Amino acid sequence: MAYQANTVFTRPASLSETITHYCPGCTHGIIHRLVAESLDELGLRERAVGVAPVGCSVLIYNYFNCDFLEAPHGRAPALATGFKRIRPDMIVFTYQGDGDLASIGMGEIVHAANRGEKFTTIFVNNAIYGMTGGQMAPTTMPGQRTTTSPAGRDVDLAGYPIRMAELLSTLRTPAYVARTSVHTPMHAVQAKQAIKKAFRLQKENRCFSLVEVLSTCPTNWGIAPSDATRWLAENMLPYYPLGVFKDPEREEATS
Amino acid sequence: MAKKLMKGNEAIGEAAICAGALNYFAYPITPQSEVAEYLCWRLPEVGGTFVQAESEVAVGNMLFGAAASGKRVFTTSSSPGISLMQEAISYIAGAQLPVVFVNIMRGGPGLGGILPAQSDYFQAVKAGGHGDYHLIVLAPSSVQEAVDLMILAFDLADKYRNPVMLIGDGMIGQMMEAVEFPEEHRKPNDPTGSDWALTGAKNRKARITKSLFLDPVMLEENSFLLAEKYKTIKKNEIRFEKYKVTDKNRILIMAYGTMARICQTAIDELEQEGISVGLFRPVSLYPFPEQDIFTESTRKNIEKVLVVEMSVGQMIEDIERCLKGQREIDFYGRTGGIVPTPNEVKDKVRQMLGIKK
Repeated sequence: MAYQANTVFTRPASLSETITHYCPGCTHGIIHRLVAESLDELGLRERAVGVAPVGCSVLIYNYFNCDFLEAPHGRAPALATGFKRIRPDMIVFTYQGDGDLASIGMGEIVHAANRGEKFTTIFVNNAIYGMTGGQMAPTTMPGQRTTTSPAGRDVDLAGYPIRMAELLSTLRTPAYVARTSVHTPMHAVQAKQAIKKAFRLQKENRCFSLVEVLSTCPTNWGIAPSDATRWLAENMLPYYPLGVFKDPEREEATS
Repeated sequence: MAKKLMKGNEAIGEAAICAGALNYFAYPITPQSEVAEYLCWRLPEVGGTFVQAESEVAVGNMLFGAAASGKRVFTTSSSPGISLMQEAISYIAGAQLPVVFVNIMRGGPGLGGILPAQSDYFQAVKAGGHGDYHLIVLAPSSVQEAVDLMILAFDLADKYRNPVMLIGDGMIGQMMEAVEFPEEHRKPNDPTGSDWALTGAKNRKARITKSLFLDPVMLEENSFLLAEKYKTIKKNEIRFEKYKVTDKNRILIMAYGTMARICQTAIDELEQEGISVGLFRPVSLYPFPEQDIFTESTRKNIEKVLVVEMSVGQMIEDIERCLKGQREIDFYGRTGGIVPTPNEVKDKVRQMLGIKK
């Protein structure tokens, strides 16, 4: 029997052929791919506009093959609002880290979600500031050592980590809000489902959608890549439970 | 079209619609909230977009995103609000996007007051945000001129892909005057075929709108590119008006905006007393009419130059720069919401000339 070679895995058309600058063991690459696959599968690439954050993924526009805007730190949801209001026919998404979204950009994300702006936010939470060299973020775990909390996060002074998915799901305005992770292949598959659903809801002009993705930062956590996925599972998962916190389709089914 | 009696703030909103600018993002602040109150119902009537943002920081950044669509976008605010927009203004200048900002100035610093002032000259003209950049800055002295310059502002923003700021003191916004709008409204921009607007990477390469250049060579290149653009703007877009400038003038007054109109009254009344004074009114504050100011101020008959502002003295620094020490410059200014009266200007002129009343 002759073997026939079939292509079973390719680079998504929404990703460009560029080598990323991400550190070994960082999961930004996986998350980029999940976003790109979703855009491809829903046929959205040619009308997609991404909004890049300030943080490790600031250069995301080099890795995607769609139009991009580069926002000031934390302001991506405001840029996305401005663009999407004028071009509701386009597919707009922001890609933001936890320093960008949960600290300096807290106002912009809360109000964009509350207005029900019909764009999608991919919120990558690795519990630390990566690009600036591992400082404490609003999402840093209690006791976690960072370059600005060398003795560990002191909750008496810095409070407890902010749970963005939960916070945003308290808003009355319909939205899709989910928290996922990519520390195992199974979790990556589930994250893909949530990301794709978020884009589908935007395609259907339904609502604001946000998918939080727990992510690793071995470089700034100061541990090996192989230990980072375990650290995430042991430390972040109990505090940041995975799941869908708000879903317009579920709300419709139960109302 | 027949003249209409209109408040400056509302006329500015209507002028934008005439210019085909149907996308407005704003946050309420005195003394210009009437613009938002007008446009919140007027824009939907003409198929436009009105968004009340959560802050002026968000307004600036919504404009950044919105301008990338290639459509005409704008906001109006007042001094403290404009301060909050400086972040976005710097990014918009760096990314070379056309946006029109209107600052109906009130007194500062800080929360200051809510009455008219001209104390944001430095912020507008010298680039209030970080980095090497300039806005095109226009200063109307009447409601009609605010309408005309508003329309021009959108044309200049598109022509140079540069943010433009219209600065008027609180009086321009609050005063009612008869105004005339152009008969025909411009059609909104069609970004199809634009070589820079974000329209989706269909049958073309992906486009990136950004101000980030990590490679110093490329950042310098971008800054040089901007500098070249500002040179062209300086060459093409200088605007000013002269009032009663003759070879009899002993004093030349420099003033802009509403302050210039008050000076006109003073000049008319001084003329009755036999004191000849002229007025030079810069309309474009950036580019600044440097050469014309030098030429007019250094005519043989001009003994002294008087700068009058509703501030403690900001434009005067540019006048000093232009005159290169060739004439004595004096200053009269009131601020904090106190507006110099024609009598105060007249007294100052008499004092400069050593004339007793």
